[in-house]
Amino acid sequence: MSGMSKIVKTISSIAFPFVTIYGLYIIAHGHLTPGGGFQGGAIVASGCAMILVAYGSVWAMKKVKEKHLSVIESTGAIVFIGTALLGLTFGAVFFKNFLYDGGMIFGEIPVIGSTIANINTGGVIPIMNFAVGLKVIAGLFAIVLVMTYATSKKGGE
Amino acid sequence: MITFNIPFIAVVGLILVGLITVVFKRNLIKIVIGITLIESGVNLFLITLGYRQGSIAPIYSSSPGGIMSLPVPQALTLTSIVIGVAVLALMVSFIIHIYKLYGTLDASKIRGDEE
Amino acid sequence: MEKRNFFAVLFFAVVAVFLVYMALMMHSFGNPGDAEMDQYIIDNTQAETGANNGVTAVVFDYRGFDTLGEATVLFTAVAGVVLAFRRLKK
Repeated sequence: MSGMSKIVKTISSIAFPFVTIYGLYIIAHGHLTPGGGFQGGAIVASGCAMILVAYGSVWAMKKVKEKHLSVIESTGAIVFIGTALLGLTFGAVFFKNFLYDGGMIFGEIPVIGSTIANINTGGVIPIMNFAVGLKVIAGLFAIVLVMTYATSKKGGE
Repeated sequence: MITFNIPFIAVVGLILVGLITVVFKRNLIKIVIGITLIESGVNLFLITLGYRQGSIAPIYSSSPGGIMSLPVPQALTLTSIVIGVAVLALMVSFIIHIYKLYGTLDASKIRGDEE
Repeated sequence: MEKRNFFAVLFFAVVAVFLVYMALMMHSFGNPGDAEMDQYIIDNTQAETGANNGVTAVVFDYRGFDTLGEATVLFTAVAGVVLAFRRLKK
């Protein structure tokens, strides 16, 4: 499908970084506030879909091929499974939280009770949040891009 | 005994409206909308099973005191919503192919019923 | 057509009666009864996982295997959609 007028293109280019930063904030603080990997990934994917609607799918397919999206999604899946298997080698249980109270990154223990949140806690959970967020962003954007390109005049026969 | 709870009646209303659309309509897109309505009703049912009277959300940072509602049904509903999105994407892509092949979106014409 | 219509109405009537009877016979809203597993999770989340969000700790730590299955379903759906719109190179 073809793009829209110049006003729509300008305004959506201005709004796109704010939507992306908001979605990444919700992914990163998944272990402290309501949110997490799936929710933040859906927000960033809908921001990318707004860019797709404003600029047209023919332009978007020239910029972003399906191979790049496939690489991003596979990276997210490998990080997720790799962290779970590392829990197996370090702690003798699949999906063990081996970074909790460990002294490496994300290793502190939070204060019991209701206090101010500390982002350095959580163990393995923030790493898994980022992995699942990458997977959801790449997956949802690939679905929308392939469907709109295949039903346009230039892409589909 | 018969209890009169509004959330469970709303769940049954959603599922019945979705079921009417799936059974009695002929357009393929309306059938897909009915399937989505049934899935929304089931997700709502999962969430309303885990509510305690006068409770707050299960978040610990700067929370006012009180009892907390159960976190496990909320986690299962998250999985169910993502699976609903995946199934909807696959159904719509097959509808696009059916329209290119048959030229119509009527379910009884595609099946070949006699009038 | 008349026979199929009659069976459709019969099926819908049976399912509707069953669902409405279930809605009126449920337990009262707000008292889920005995919840031992969830009470254990609420009491010990901050000490065992170090996260301040109960739902994220359940999704990624206590029930991480279900999240693995859900990631597989998402991957399969994306692979199916991209496969359905492939262009064969001439």
